[in-house]
Amino acid sequence: MMKIQLKLYASLGRYLPPEAKKNEIEVDVHDSATVGEVLRQYTVPNEMCHLVLVNGKFAAPGEREALILKNGDSLAVWPPVAGG
Amino acid sequence: MIIFQGKSSGPVYLDIKNEEAELKDASAMWGKSVWETEDILREIRGDKFIRCASVGQAGENGVLFAGIINDKDRAAGRSGVGTVMGSKNLKAIAVRGTVGVKPEDPEGLSKAANAAKKILAENAVTGEGLPTFGTQVLMNVINETGALPTRNSTDVQFEGASNISAEAMAEVRESDGRANLVSNAACFGCPIECQRVSVIDPEHFSVKGRPQYQIESGGLEYEAAWALGAATGVDDLDALTFRNFACNEYGMDPISLGATIGAAMELYKDGVITDADTGGIKLEWGNAKALVAMVEATGKGEGFGVELGQGSRRMCEKYGRPELSMTVKGQEFPAYDPRGIQGMGLTYATSNRGACHLRSYTVASEVLGIPEKTDPLTSDGKAGLVKAFQDATAAFDSSGTCIFTSFAMNLDDVSPMIDAACEGTWTTQTLLESGERTWNLERKFNCEAGFTAADDNLPERLLKDAAKTGPAEGKVVELDKMLPEYYELRGWTSDGVPTNETLSRLAL
Repeated sequence: MMKIQLKLYASLGRYLPPEAKKNEIEVDVHDSATVGEVLRQYTVPNEMCHLVLVNGKFAAPGEREALILKNGDSLAVWPPVAGG
Repeated sequence: MIIFQGKSSGPVYLDIKNEEAELKDASAMWGKSVWETEDILREIRGDKFIRCASVGQAGENGVLFAGIINDKDRAAGRSGVGTVMGSKNLKAIAVRGTVGVKPEDPEGLSKAANAAKKILAENAVTGEGLPTFGTQVLMNVINETGALPTRNSTDVQFEGASNISAEAMAEVRESDGRANLVSNAACFGCPIECQRVSVIDPEHFSVKGRPQYQIESGGLEYEAAWALGAATGVDDLDALTFRNFACNEYGMDPISLGATIGAAMELYKDGVITDADTGGIKLEWGNAKALVAMVEATGKGEGFGVELGQGSRRMCEKYGRPELSMTVKGQEFPAYDPRGIQGMGLTYATSNRGACHLRSYTVASEVLGIPEKTDPLTSDGKAGLVKAFQDATAAFDSSGTCIFTSFAMNLDDVSPMIDAACEGTWTTQTLLESGERTWNLERKFNCEAGFTAADDNLPERLLKDAAKTGPAEGKVVELDKMLPEYYELRGWTSDGVPTNETLSRLAL
């Protein structure tokens, strides 16, 4: 097992465990877990995963199933949002 | 369109009822805040449905980043338009129209507008994201991206970002059982409704014993929360909200104000200014009470607020540290550090009104993936991206359509409305040509006013000091690469001047 920082923002906050603070929580995932696996584990609907950042860098939809996380990584996800 | 020329000998406001317009005495409003001015105007007119645009004390006192505030908390905030209005002794414009307008093709306009409203309602960003979370949803996005200018751009990530975000605004406070966010609201006639309405904890130091601020009023937008927060290192949400109220009340641009206070805090840290300058206020990063005091002093034109009211460029030059001013063409840049979003570096450098995000919001593409995702960390292709955004944005802005509609609509959706509303034939192509003409006309104006390629620059910090953390760690802005490409794409000389051929092509 390894630990990652899971961050779910805006309307996705509801998929975080209740003990999460400020929309983030450290969670245990299995070694070599992918972005897609972690998001399914937390039942985040795929169609709501618009902006997915791993350590701040964009993970394109086609990369998420194969993108393997590392211990200490930050996985942050938003639904479609914008501002300015 | 109304154009004000010259200067009135005494305070006046423009009173408009349908086709009638008259300049009237505004002595009763001079010295009053935006909020007080609007209340007085509504009482004079006896009509609560009038719409107002006014300047507060900041516009009267010569604060160089004074804004014009509409309907108490919507602002034409940037570039000192309120300073110009105040300098003309023009306090306000009050307007009510009841006879409608006559578009060229009313039926066509109604059909096109309904189609556009449907697009906005069905789009995930304009139909749900913006009304629910407002622009403030960007706080955590941009911080995670490593592009949140922090403590006068000495850092690119703010450890307190989550405390001042959209998500934090929705959290219920333990102290009074309410959330900072009360509801959303809309500018006149807008179906998106992204505005925030907020309330401050009545026990918070900023409003305790001051019932006039224990109200529901315009809440934090992303830019204001960044400037008053990350740029100064303050992560006290209620303090920022109070300062946002005050910017509306006094009529000031929170972006330039927050960025200028951030620069002053660096001057204080370096010992260039001291307690003797600030009247004993500890102007330290993260000091919420100092922030509150300085905003109020600036609005009133008192103490060190007089220096802050000159903006960061003049203030930093006065104290011998011009490099600490995070400005382009004298205007403070907004809430995106271009070391982490390269296109925004070129955007700031080439914006005709000084550093601005609203004239070419490449964040949409580089971070948010609208209309398509590009890599924020590369400067490749950004010259073309910035030009495309600038031309399209000039067309959107000229149409009177909020630029936020462009998160869902493109000019193919806008052109049928303009074509039905206006004389002549308007297509996407003619709107884009109009946008390019607008951009070049503004550039030509700037060239004739004495601006040169040397003004298409960025603060040295962004060009030489690499980002310390996050995805952009080790990067500076690659402006030297992007700018020549941009000039060439624009059809300008290597000195940034539109060529005769370009001007001729655009019939300018």
